[in-house]
Amino acid sequence: MELTLWTYEGPPHVGAMRIASSMKDIHYVLHAPQGDTYADLLFTMIERRGQRPPVTYTTFQARDLGGDTAELVKKNIKEAVERFKPKTLLVGESCTAELIQDQPGALAKGMGFNMPIVNLELPAYSKKENWGASETFYQLTRTLLKEKVSPSEKISPLRWKELGRRPKVNILGPSLLGFRCRDDVIEIQRILSEQGIDTNVVAPLGASPDDIERLIDAEINICLYPEIAEASCEWLKRNFGMEYTNTIPIGIKNTIEFINEVHKKLDLPLTNKKELENKSKLPWYSKSVDSNYLTGKRVFIFGDGTHAIAAAKIAKEELGFEVVGLGTYSREMARQVRATAKELNVEALITNNYLEVEDAMKKAAPELVLGTQMERHSAKRLGIPCSVISTPMHVQDVPARYSPQMGWEGANVIFDDWVHPLMMGLEEHLIDMFKHDFEFVDGHQSHLGHTATNTKDILNSDEKKENNPKEGIIWTESGRAELTKVPFFVRGKVKTNTEKYAILRGIPEISDETLYDAKAYFS
Amino acid sequence: MSKVEFNKETGPREVFCGLTSIVWLHRRMPDAFFLVVGSRTCAHLIQSAAGVMIFAEPRFGTAILEEKDLAGLADAHEELDRVVNDLIARRPEIKTLFLVGSCPSEVIKLDLATVAEKLNKRFLGQVRFVNYSGSGIETTFTQGEDGALKALIPLIESSDEEKLLLVGTLANNVEDRFKKIFRNLGISNIESFPPRQSTELPKIGKNTKVLLTQPYLSDTVRDLKHRGCEIISAPFPLGIEGSTEWFLAAAKAFKISELKVHEIISPLINRAKLALESHKEILKGKRLFLLPESQLEISLARFLHNECEMDLIEVGTPYLNKDLMKEEINLLPDNTKIVEGQHVEKQLDRVRESNPDLVVCGMGLANPLEAEGISTKWSIEMVFSPIHGIDQAADLAGLFSKPLRRNQILTSKTLVTH
Repeated sequence: MELTLWTYEGPPHVGAMRIASSMKDIHYVLHAPQGDTYADLLFTMIERRGQRPPVTYTTFQARDLGGDTAELVKKNIKEAVERFKPKTLLVGESCTAELIQDQPGALAKGMGFNMPIVNLELPAYSKKENWGASETFYQLTRTLLKEKVSPSEKISPLRWKELGRRPKVNILGPSLLGFRCRDDVIEIQRILSEQGIDTNVVAPLGASPDDIERLIDAEINICLYPEIAEASCEWLKRNFGMEYTNTIPIGIKNTIEFINEVHKKLDLPLTNKKELENKSKLPWYSKSVDSNYLTGKRVFIFGDGTHAIAAAKIAKEELGFEVVGLGTYSREMARQVRATAKELNVEALITNNYLEVEDAMKKAAPELVLGTQMERHSAKRLGIPCSVISTPMHVQDVPARYSPQMGWEGANVIFDDWVHPLMMGLEEHLIDMFKHDFEFVDGHQSHLGHTATNTKDILNSDEKKENNPKEGIIWTESGRAELTKVPFFVRGKVKTNTEKYAILRGIPEISDETLYDAKAYFS
Repeated sequence: MSKVEFNKETGPREVFCGLTSIVWLHRRMPDAFFLVVGSRTCAHLIQSAAGVMIFAEPRFGTAILEEKDLAGLADAHEELDRVVNDLIARRPEIKTLFLVGSCPSEVIKLDLATVAEKLNKRFLGQVRFVNYSGSGIETTFTQGEDGALKALIPLIESSDEEKLLLVGTLANNVEDRFKKIFRNLGISNIESFPPRQSTELPKIGKNTKVLLTQPYLSDTVRDLKHRGCEIISAPFPLGIEGSTEWFLAAAKAFKISELKVHEIISPLINRAKLALESHKEILKGKRLFLLPESQLEISLARFLHNECEMDLIEVGTPYLNKDLMKEEINLLPDNTKIVEGQHVEKQLDRVRESNPDLVVCGMGLANPLEAEGISTKWSIEMVFSPIHGIDQAADLAGLFSKPLRRNQILTSKTLVTH
């Protein structure tokens, strides 16, 4: 048993939902009790999706447990298939259903449907979300392609030459609730296309089961997010001989390395090598004298494996920071993160406990934190600027603007996102220097170290000013007491409105009743 | 009783489980900790439903069951002991620890009552342990509070003192307002359950008159009755009408004249009506569909129809206790269609067919409906906002008028969603 106050990853079936929701023409029947539908809001609220995730929850209750829950599963499968007419059906269970062992996948397979059925067994008591997503994508790929495996025929990365067309690749791994996946895909497709390489299929994001069956039309696979796609890439390599890339194109060096790797695998000559250095503004911005102050900035990094490793490399080699801490919550990526940490002479922190991360952050005394939304909160408490580089997703991590992490534009975004909080840090310093000047009023602070304004300050703040129009009005004890109960962020407005109302009505003393009279008057 | 149409529906549901109520219960009682014994799903659910990241160390957590715990039950008890020890060492200020059962802990029949009993002996005088289930196989959303309150009743001492007991979590400012009004009516001995400190439980007995503030407390009410409390039958204090009837029912129980009640609350009613006006203008004649979630739906429907002149298409509720809700049902217009339970797909079919102006639903459904051009109000906001009482009637109406007003500003009905 593990005491958990907050978790970086959800359970594995949420990973399966990420795959199902990323794709078209797929439906996922999840044997689960009521309440597990909470996961829908991750997609509809955080990702602002305009469609419900394609998931049917069997919604079994305590009273069903004595009876036939298997019948309930079959009823839900039947209804879901009739209603949604998926091309492929995923069937699985959440943590509680795993305990009652109805084997919904086997039940579905016995129902005589024509469509492919993927039986998902995702151990909820030992695995987590990213593993669940990876396993689901792998099982889906395997189910849809296993009949096409031929022991004698392997896909050569050079096949495009024989076929007399441009080389084709698949981009594998982008999914909903993945960090900036939507924009990374556009950026990577653009880069490949510039090099004369076509994208065959992007999956799971936006793909249908038909697209999965078409994966073998490409020469190689781009493993864009190994947390999700490596297992599938490995299976495709083993069974079809398809090579896949290892470099994650985050940062300038890695993007160039990635382009090199793709060219090498495809045996495609790289003609614009020199241009590549200048595709992004990051190298010059980093070199410009204004960036001198970035040298040796102490940076603490924590996130998923892929983004944490990439961030460490960019921080050290492209921005000239000093990495003072590196860690991940992805146990599956622990080995790689440890290796990177060793190169940087720091000890890797592998944990799912955010309080441990906060402690490590405190000890490392960084000047910048690159982390998840949780590290943003921890850093805020410690008064350290922070930029978010990794899942778990927050509504702010799905910006309206084009905002990739990968490729040239990704490097531009990273430069701005990491450096601007530091600028704010400088601003903070200036504010500190000038805060005794009369121009600076309470509340004039940057986003750091901001504390909630208390009622006493609000009640007294006017007294400092000349020509107080509210002079002569007295707040009674009940009025003051009532005002303290108003949430701090609207307290100032409530006070002003109540006083305005009191003046209007010629009320000399503001009681709690006046406050409510005013509230009614202005609503 | 008005001629209301009752229906029942079963099928896939789109609702929260009882664990979600921890989100407001832990804020109500800052000296209590809620320890869910469950899975990673439970932990993920609470943090997602709360909709926010945690700004400090929270007073709720999950003892996540692992494979080794499922192998043998004796182990699970020992493991839980260990987790509780760690927790209390880390948070010595905790006075009450709720052990909250979940779907997996119920299915493996983890006996939290026995665990609580043992821990009570060990931590006697330091921390009290109570247990209840917030599992989705037994409870929906607000029923979690019902379970938590029911679990506290055995700890309550008896007293024959006459008092008014307000039962159900209220926002602190609303509670203060209510108490002030009751004092003005001449009822001086007023207490709340749950209290603001878990250790300050009210005493109860045969002269305790219970006035419910929330409609989802069936089990709590039953146990309070067993302890001799008198349950005052009333609608719930949502809107002017519900609140007025609620004050009147309380006054009657304390033999206070109706005249006195009207004298005290008329000024409140007058200003509330004034405040309600602008919202009513927007809501009037608009057609409303309520999906089940919080059990507040019937009271909300009554308020939105009777005071805001909305038309009711369908009123969903996850669970219906006709006895507890009879005063509310009496106030509903004839032919109101109440649907208990849910088949979310069929219900959404009915939503689309009926083309409502506003749908009250959970967060999982809100944006998809908006994308179809249907305005929505998330139901979870009802349990997090101060909406009770006469003075809050306009705020309550505002929760519903705001999406419609916004829709008027942003005229385009159907948007491409990404």
